[in-house]
Amino acid sequence: MRILLIALWLAASPAFALDPAAVEKLAFGDSDEKIEAIGALVAGGDPRAAELLQAFSDGEVQTSGKRVLIVRGEEGVDAVTGEKVAQLPAEREDVVANNRLRGAIAGALAALKLFSAERDERLAAARELSGGADASILPLVRKALEKEADPDVKPLLEMTAAAMELKGGSKESRLAAIRMLGSSSHPNAKSLLLEAAAAEADEDLKLEAQKSLRAVDGRLAWGEWLGLGFAGVSLGSILLLAALGLAITYGLMGVINMAHGELIMIGAYTTYVVQGWMRDAGLFEWYLAAAVPAAFLVSGAVGMALERSVIRWLYGRPLETLLATWGISLVLMQAVRTIFGAQNVQVENPAFMSGGIQVLANVVLPWNRIAIIFFALAVLAAMWLLLSRTRLGLYIRGVTQNRAMASCVGVPTARVDTWAFGLGSGIAGLAGCALTQIGNVGPDLGQGYIVDSFMVVVFGGVGQLAGTVYAALVLGFANKLLESWSGAVIAKIAVLVFIIFFIQRRPQGLFALRGRAAET
Amino acid sequence: MVFGAFPKLISLKGKGIAMKRRSFVKALTLAASVAAIGLGSSAALAQQKTVKIGVLHSLSGTMAISETVLKDVVLMAVDEINAKGGVMGHKIEPVVVDPASNWPLFAEKARQLLTQDKVAAVFGCWTSVSRKSVLPVFEELNGLLFYPVQYEGEEISKNVFYTGAAPNQQAIPAVEYLMSKDGGAAKRWVLLGTDYVYPRTTNKILRAFLKSKGVADSDIMEDYTPFGHADYQTIIARIKKFSSEGKKTAVVSTINGDSNVPFYKELGNQGLKATDVPVVAFSVGEEELRGVDTKPLVGHLAAWNYFMSLKNAENDAWKKKWAAYTKAKKLAYAGKPLTNDPMEAAYIGVYMWKQAVEKAKSFDVDKVRVATYGQTFKAPSGIMSKMDEKNHHLHKAVFIGEVKGDGQFNVVWKTKGPVKAQPWSPFIAGNDKKKDEPALMAEKKK
Repeated sequence: MRILLIALWLAASPAFALDPAAVEKLAFGDSDEKIEAIGALVAGGDPRAAELLQAFSDGEVQTSGKRVLIVRGEEGVDAVTGEKVAQLPAEREDVVANNRLRGAIAGALAALKLFSAERDERLAAARELSGGADASILPLVRKALEKEADPDVKPLLEMTAAAMELKGGSKESRLAAIRMLGSSSHPNAKSLLLEAAAAEADEDLKLEAQKSLRAVDGRLAWGEWLGLGFAGVSLGSILLLAALGLAITYGLMGVINMAHGELIMIGAYTTYVVQGWMRDAGLFEWYLAAAVPAAFLVSGAVGMALERSVIRWLYGRPLETLLATWGISLVLMQAVRTIFGAQNVQVENPAFMSGGIQVLANVVLPWNRIAIIFFALAVLAAMWLLLSRTRLGLYIRGVTQNRAMASCVGVPTARVDTWAFGLGSGIAGLAGCALTQIGNVGPDLGQGYIVDSFMVVVFGGVGQLAGTVYAALVLGFANKLLESWSGAVIAKIAVLVFIIFFIQRRPQGLFALRGRAAET
Repeated sequence: MVFGAFPKLISLKGKGIAMKRRSFVKALTLAASVAAIGLGSSAALAQQKTVKIGVLHSLSGTMAISETVLKDVVLMAVDEINAKGGVMGHKIEPVVVDPASNWPLFAEKARQLLTQDKVAAVFGCWTSVSRKSVLPVFEELNGLLFYPVQYEGEEISKNVFYTGAAPNQQAIPAVEYLMSKDGGAAKRWVLLGTDYVYPRTTNKILRAFLKSKGVADSDIMEDYTPFGHADYQTIIARIKKFSSEGKKTAVVSTINGDSNVPFYKELGNQGLKATDVPVVAFSVGEEELRGVDTKPLVGHLAAWNYFMSLKNAENDAWKKKWAAYTKAKKLAYAGKPLTNDPMEAAYIGVYMWKQAVEKAKSFDVDKVRVATYGQTFKAPSGIMSKMDEKNHHLHKAVFIGEVKGDGQFNVVWKTKGPVKAQPWSPFIAGNDKKKDEPALMAEKKK
C-alpha cells in the first residue's frame, strides 16, 4: 500500500484535492492533532501534501476564516484545492509551527525523500531520520534499505532501523540492532545505546549494549579530539594574525605599540565600509576580495602616519612610546566612535563563509574558521617572503639588527622604519579583516586583542618571527584544552598565570636571540 | 625586562622637533576635548519649568548592543510626554550619560546624576552587575531608579522599580515549556551564561527548580564565559558531547551582550539544530539578532514578556511611533527599526513615573514611590501592565517565541494573563521568610 503511494508521489500525479479534514486539523488543531494530520497527509501520498508541509514548516501557511492558504509574498494558493487565490484576504492569521511540529514534518518529508533518485537528497533525508524518527516509518526505512547501495546513506539508514527495533521487536532483532549501533560512529548511536543499556532487562543484551557503547565511545572520542585540535589551530591562527603585525613593530622594531589593537580595529572597520560599497555594487559575495587589500592599505597608511608624526620622535624611549601610543589608541577609538557610532557594526559573512563541513559524525568544521587558518598561513608566507627575499626585507632586518652599520652602508634607516611600521600595521589590518568573520566589530574590538598579541610576542621571544608562530599555536592549544576541562573563565586565568610564571623563569621567551643582536 | 629587550634605536632631539611635538600635543588635546564635548548631552531648555531625569545606559562597550536602544526609547517617551505638555506642566529634560559597560563607572555616573544634575528619577542599567553597582548610591541618596530588564530577583529596594521580569515571569515558564511535550520534553539541561551575578543566580534557581522536577545533577551542565567572549567552539563541542550522552537535551542561555553574535554564528555554523538541541535565551531579542543570519537558527527560542511580532493595536501603534522616531532622529537603525522586550519595559517605566508624579502632585521621591504602587499602563505587549501594590515589580504576561528566518519571533506559548512577580524565588533556600515588599527603614526614621 505504502509503496504504491510512494510510487504515486514519485510519479507526481496531477493535483487532486487534499483531505480537507486533515488540512483543517493541521491549521486549527492543537499540537497533537497537527501531528496526526501530518501523518495522515503523508500517508495520503499526494505530492502537494509534501508541498503544504514544507510551506507549513517554513511558516508560509496562513488561515483566513476557515480557509487555509499557502502564502508566498503576494501570491496565495488554497491549501486544499491547490487553486490560485486571485485576491488575498486582508485579514490573515499565521499558522505557527513549533520545534516539535517542524521535527515531525522533517521526519515525514525525509521518509518520502528516501526514495529520491538524487543521492544528496537521500543522504539528507537519512541524516534527518537518524536524529530519532518515529517508529511508524520503520517499514519505509527497511524498504529503502533494500534498495540503498550508497556507502554514506546506508549506515545511516541501518542505524535508524536499528534504533527503531531497539524499542520493540524480538531479542534477536534487538541484539542485531545493538551490534549495528556498536559499529556506528554517530553521536545518536551513543544516546540510543545508553538508553538501551539502561532500559534493557535481559542481562546478555545489557552486556552487549555496554560493549557496543564502549566501541562507540572510543570512536566518538577521536572526533572530540579532532574537534579540539581544530579549535586550537583556529584560535592559534587568530592569535597569530593578531600578533604578526606586532611581531614586526614590537618584536623587530622595539616600539611598544599600544595602538596595535586599534590598527586591527581599523582593518575591521575598513572591511565594514568595503562591504557596504560592494553590496551597493551588487558584489556582496566577493567583498572580502576587495576588503583584504583595502584593510591592509588603510591600516598600513594609518600606521605610517603614526610613525611619521609621533613614534619616530620617541625611538629609544619606551615609556614615552607606551604612553603616546596608548593615548593614540584612545584617540583612534574615539574617532571611530564619532564616525561610526559606539555600537557594533554588522559585517555579514558571505555565503561561502557560513556553515561548515562535516568531517566526522560529531565534528563539523566551520568554513569561516578554515578560511582564517589558510589566510593566516598565506599572510605568514607572504611576510616571510617579504622579509627574507626582498630588498625591503633585507633593509628591515639590517636596520633592526644593527642600525649604525646599516646607516653606514647607505640604508635610509628613517624611511625603512616607516615602511616597516607600515608593514606591521598593515598586517594588523589584515587581522582585523579576518576577525570580522568570527566576532563583533566595534570601537573597542582592539582592546580584546592587544593583551593577547603582546602575550604571544613576548612568549615567543621578542625579535623572533618563528617564535611568534609557535607561541600562537601553543597558546591556542593550551587555551582550548583548558577550556574543555575547566570552562572559559578559568582557562583564561590559567593561561595568564602560566605566562607570568614562564616569563619569570625565561624572560627571553620561547626562543632567545643569540649573538650580537641579543646584546643591544 | 620587556623594556630591557629593546634594541637601541635613534633618539632624535632638537628644537624644531620639540616644537612640533608640542603643537602635536596641543592638537591632540584639542581633538580629545572636541570628542568629549561630542559625548556630552542634553541641550539647554529655556523658559518653561523643567524637571530633569537621568538616562543611565551603556552607549559603548560590550553592552552597547543591547542598551543603546533603551536610551533612545526613553528619549522617545520623553519627547511624547513633552509634546503633550510635559509632567505637571514641567518639561522633562533628559540627562544622558554613558557608563560605557564599566560597572564602577555606573555608580559614579549615578552619583553625578543624583547630586550634580539633581534628577527626579533615573532610567537605566541592563546587567545586574551594573544595578548592584548603583544600588548603594540610590539608597544612600534616596534616588529613584526604573530598571527595565529581566533579572535574577533576590532584591527589592525601595529605591528601584523593576519593570523587567523576575525569574518566575521568564526563566521558570521557559524551562517548564521545554519540559512539556510541545517544547520537546527535554530531560537534560545545559545552563550556559556570561560570568556574573544574573546568570549565576538564575542558574542557581533553575538548578533547584529542575531538581524539584526530578532532574539529577548529572543531567545538568553549567558553563560560563567572560563578558565579550568571542570563541564558542569548545562550548558548542561540549554541548554536542553532553547531548549525545543520553536523553533529549535543551540549552538555557543567559549569555549577555555582544557575545551572543559569535555564539549564534558558531551554533549555526556547527549545525546544531533547534529540533535536536533547542536553545532558549533570556537576553536575546530582536535587537541582538540584528547582525546574525537567523536561517540556521530557526526554532531556537527566547522567553520574554514582549515580542515585536505580537499582534495587537497598542503594539502596532507603538512600532509605528518607534519607526517614525528613528527616522526623525536619523538613528542608525532607522532602516530597520526593531522593538524588543527591554525597550517595552523602559517605555512603560517612563510612563509609570509620569503617572505617579501626576498622582502624587510632586517630584519628591518618597511621594512618587508610594504613588507608583498600583499604577497601570496599557502596554504594547497587549496587556494592562500593573505595578504591584507592594513588591515594586510589574505584573507581566509571559511569551515564548521561536526564531524565524527573518530574525523575528513566532509566539508558540503564552500565559493566559499577567503573572505576579516573585522577586524572592521559592527555589532558593531561606527566601520563604523574606517579605514581598521593600524594607522601609528610612521612612520609619522620619
